[in-house]
Amino acid sequence: MPSSDGTILHAVGLQRSFGSLRVLRGLDVQVRSGEALVIVGANGAGKTTLLRLLAGLARPSAGEVRVLGARVEPSAPDARRPIGFVSHQSMLYDDLTVAENVTLAARLYGLADPVGAARRALGAVELGDRAEERPARLSRGLLQRASIARALVHDPRLLLLDEPFTGLDGPAAARLTVLLEERLAAGVALVLVTHHLDEAWTLATRVAVLAAGRWALEEPRAGDLAEFLPRYHALANA
Amino acid sequence: MTAPAPASVVSPPTLDRARVVMRRGTIISSIALVGLVVVYVLALGFTPIEAHQGLAQKIFYVHVPAAWSALLGFSLVGIVSVLYLWLHDPRLDRFAASSAEVGLVFAAVMLTTGPIWAKPIWGTWWTWDARLTLTLFLFFLFVGYLSLRAAVHDRHERARFSAVVGIMGMILVPFVHLSVYLFRTLHPQPIVLKPSAPSLPWEMLRTLLISTLVFTVLYVGLVTLRYGIALAADAMEARDAA
Amino acid sequence: MRDAIRLALVVAAKDARAELRSKTALLSATVFGALVLVIFNFARDPTALSATDLAPSALWVTFAFAAMIAMNRAFTVEREHGALDGLLLAPVPRGALFAGKLLANLAFVGIVEAVALPLFILFFNLDLSRVFWGIVGTAILATVGFVAVGTVFGAMTVRTRFAELLLPVLLLPFMVPPLVGAVQVTSRLLADRPLSEMLGWLRILAAYDVVFVTVAALVFSSVVDE
Repeated sequence: MPSSDGTILHAVGLQRSFGSLRVLRGLDVQVRSGEALVIVGANGAGKTTLLRLLAGLARPSAGEVRVLGARVEPSAPDARRPIGFVSHQSMLYDDLTVAENVTLAARLYGLADPVGAARRALGAVELGDRAEERPARLSRGLLQRASIARALVHDPRLLLLDEPFTGLDGPAAARLTVLLEERLAAGVALVLVTHHLDEAWTLATRVAVLAAGRWALEEPRAGDLAEFLPRYHALANA
Repeated sequence: MTAPAPASVVSPPTLDRARVVMRRGTIISSIALVGLVVVYVLALGFTPIEAHQGLAQKIFYVHVPAAWSALLGFSLVGIVSVLYLWLHDPRLDRFAASSAEVGLVFAAVMLTTGPIWAKPIWGTWWTWDARLTLTLFLFFLFVGYLSLRAAVHDRHERARFSAVVGIMGMILVPFVHLSVYLFRTLHPQPIVLKPSAPSLPWEMLRTLLISTLVFTVLYVGLVTLRYGIALAADAMEARDAA
Repeated sequence: MRDAIRLALVVAAKDARAELRSKTALLSATVFGALVLVIFNFARDPTALSATDLAPSALWVTFAFAAMIAMNRAFTVEREHGALDGLLLAPVPRGALFAGKLLANLAFVGIVEAVALPLFILFFNLDLSRVFWGIVGTAILATVGFVAVGTVFGAMTVRTRFAELLLPVLLLPFMVPPLVGAVQVTSRLLADRPLSEMLGWLRILAAYDVVFVTVAALVFSSVVDE
């Protein structure tokens, strides 16, 4: 259950290190229903690591992640149920059709009608007509949509996206933005890591800059992108 | 409620500390090497020559303790691997890697002295007796372990994967032993490497025990030295990253 | 628990469907197995070494190497496009994931062995009429253990550069006890020896299976979870 203030994701004191090698040095994250947190930062700042911790793919060295109140980690399968993850890799199997891939995801999430859910998810991303093809035949934009269908098939309350705008042309990026806005309106919480701040700016409820494993900045989105960019560059390259 | 900081978030290693450890390791190893000379003198000068096998039997005083050290090294890798998966302390991983490298050296020593001994006495370079076979397996397990470590670059992964191989290897050893035992009861072969235990005269036993002690000290010294080197490498990496 | 079984079957079915479509691993492994058998046949001097003396070793060496080729695929497919993450994200217990991969691996290795065995009978001119099921049973017993270990090691080596080389280096020591046991039992079967002479080896094989399937299932999460 989301808490009374609508918090879906709440992570406290996240650290990820191996001995003296510290990737993340103590991060807090809180995202409510209908909110989008956009994270930017230089390469190697730890953005992907953070996202993997939030998704339950990795265990933090310290701190914890809670989604809908349940503690998320690799050994807690059910806590991952409300989470959807879109990586810059498609996570699709080349030997299965797109429809089979999405149906597989539906089965893994224990949905009652996997085939039907897959069809609906593919319809929502307007991929119904290409669903019987193999991923290798799809362009980057279509592959992205298939990937999203896969992530959304189980109706997640929290959606994590790792650089989803990479490699998308104008129309594809616009379509993605529309889809994400729909999800936000439906009450989903979003955490989005991107290099393409211009495309994600309007989506953001809050913006955060990750630098050397810490938040250099974490605040509500205000003003326009042109004001923000200089501050961002100064922080990210510090 | 946040979890308490686990051991994986330890204070960073420094080059000074690494130097201290390396120096300690060098000292211990040097003592052991002196001890090795003593054993050499003892074995050749103050221990009776075995009646049937002659002078070639003397290699027994190096061969058996080397096998013991290899087994010690391997057992420690196995135990430390279990501890690592439980505690996730990088120091355990560093220790396991050091122990594996040193154990590999001892296993190699044992595997070369074995044939050198067997050939003049039994006319055969190799037998599938229990100790030789087991040490051969340890050798291959060490090689696999170290090859895997060399091939994995992410430190978290490397530590976890090594621990898994260490544990599986430790569990394999009894099965190897059982198989050799069963094989030999059905296909009796010469027992090359152990003079009949009940009639081992005191002088020989004494030399063997001293040699085993020296080899154990040598193991400790070499592992300490190797650990110090690993510590230095980590310290430099931490310094560069900061 | 029932859910875990269902999920394991979903994973195994996915692997089966994918492999039956591409067939690359199955074909490579079976062709490889057949070739090894042929080489064994030509490499022996028929007057010096009878077929029944060489046969058990030839069969099991063939099974061993062909199995390694078949097992390599299990995680290679997961590596492309990061598909393994998709499995790890889902609410699938790691034990179920391991069981699914193990089942798929057993099926593939089983297919390879099922093709190699008739060829083996053919090339070595053996009469297995009385002991056929004994050999099949031994094959199953010996295979389960090392495939469990291979499933765990495959998950590790797939992330390294020289996976095809590293997997054999790691796995071969673990294949020796089951192989030795299997060869011992097979040669006794072919020589019509009584069951009492095989019991010791069969016990080792069974113990190996129980121990290593359990341990492999337990350590699997340490391999796939970061």
